[in-house]
Amino acid sequence: MTGPVSLEVRGLDYTYPDGQVALRGVDLRVPRGARVALLGPNGAGKTTLVLHLNGVLHGGAGTVTVGGLAVGRDRATLAEIRRRVGIVFQDPDDQLFLPTVAEDVAFGPANLGLRGAELSARVDEALAAVGMSAYRDRVPHHLSYGQRRRVAVATVLAMRPEILVLDEPSSNLDPASRRELAVILRALPVTLLMVTHDLPYAMELCARSVILDAGRVVADGATVDLLADAELLARHRLELPYGFDPALAAAQLAARDRPPAGPASAQEALA
Amino acid sequence: MAGGSADVLHLDRDSPLHRLPPEVKIAAAVAVTLVMVATPREVFWAFGGYAVLVAALAVVGRVPAGWLGRRALVETPFVVLALVLPFVGAGERVTWLGLGLSVEGLLGGWNILVKGTLGVLVSLLLAATTTSRDLIVGLDRLRCPRIVTQIAMFMVRYLDVLVGEARRMRVARISRGDDPRFLWQLRGFAAGIGALFLRALERGERVYLAMLSRGYSGRMPPAGAGVASAGQWLLAATVPAVAAGVGVTAVLLS
Repeated sequence: MTGPVSLEVRGLDYTYPDGQVALRGVDLRVPRGARVALLGPNGAGKTTLVLHLNGVLHGGAGTVTVGGLAVGRDRATLAEIRRRVGIVFQDPDDQLFLPTVAEDVAFGPANLGLRGAELSARVDEALAAVGMSAYRDRVPHHLSYGQRRRVAVATVLAMRPEILVLDEPSSNLDPASRRELAVILRALPVTLLMVTHDLPYAMELCARSVILDAGRVVADGATVDLLADAELLARHRLELPYGFDPALAAAQLAARDRPPAGPASAQEALA
Repeated sequence: MAGGSADVLHLDRDSPLHRLPPEVKIAAAVAVTLVMVATPREVFWAFGGYAVLVAALAVVGRVPAGWLGRRALVETPFVVLALVLPFVGAGERVTWLGLGLSVEGLLGGWNILVKGTLGVLVSLLLAATTTSRDLIVGLDRLRCPRIVTQIAMFMVRYLDVLVGEARRMRVARISRGDDPRFLWQLRGFAAGIGALFLRALERGERVYLAMLSRGYSGRMPPAGAGVASAGQWLLAATVPAVAAGVGVTAVLLS
């Protein structure tokens, strides 16, 4: 794989202070512009890995490099790493802590030193990207859960990250909110790492998937191939929803992504 | 949760009072309250002047009397105390409708009643015309310690989240047959408070992690522009100035 790399993780180990081993030599490489799903059962070490990407957790062996910059311990490096790695946490109520949507979106870029018109332009740009411009001055707890999650994505986009990391983006969303979020995420021109055990969502958004189990990367490949391997999934406590056929879904996705010819050929197929 | 429990005291209108910067309103409200409290209780008509001033402010701020009246009920316990004082007070007594009332108690009751009511009305007017968010911004601009304003800000944001959590826990509890109507059934409620505390603690940790991930380094970025002008300060200063004028005149004439 050549070309610029957004994220490079090498030989990452981590043991929690209580002795619980969370990561055992994780290697992961995400090229710029790619969308990768990080799959794994509860307790596989997914969240631990995510918290290493921006240096919140550290201290084990191995390295994390974001856009060529190694995650270090000094203040300046950490500040730049946290700009480059935008993490959207699972519960939007954890992310949105300020009284209005605009203030919360401005929090990250303001920490980077932006002020005045430039800051306000950043906020507008990020809110527009998630379709929430009309809610600029609203109070977060008056928004629906799906809207709050979109604002949470905007709070991170406003920092213009090198890589966007989403922790369980589809959790607790109703089907319409889930689809709307997928449309928004697909349109974002950023590198994306999506942590989830919502396998159909991974399939819809990410061509490539990585399976993490017991602190190790146990599989890395095309999402459709991984999901079609029932034995692999079963071995790592992953399951497709009842009735979901990955091959059929892949065909539907291919038809959708082939813009002009798609509908015509579908009609031909029906005729 | 429309409306939000934090916004019960705010009246979403547009008026000259609503448009004034929050720091100016806070300073004026504190100053006018001090003037009222410092007025000797015997200069009765000064309090009439204050009442007219408060009523004028309510008109300018487009706050209806009924709205103010309902929220002023918080002072009911003090009213009860004020009404009891004339009966239990010591010293000289007067007879009114066959009741022996203490003069000292009457004056004491009147003092609590009138100053309390005026103070509550001024605070309510401030809250009605200023959002909780703006109140914090105002306190911040008045050089209130950052740590205090930050804690207040978190409270405004997370109060509803916590109330929502407490409500869901309560529903889950009564759905399993808990019916805490008597004191000895409070065990479930007390355990719920403990669980709520733990949840709040865990949430605090997650919020902090999310803040760190967006470059937080222990200092909140400064709040936006829109600081009060000298003209706005002067305009707001007329309120305590008028009150002081009324008070001083009343004292001099009595």
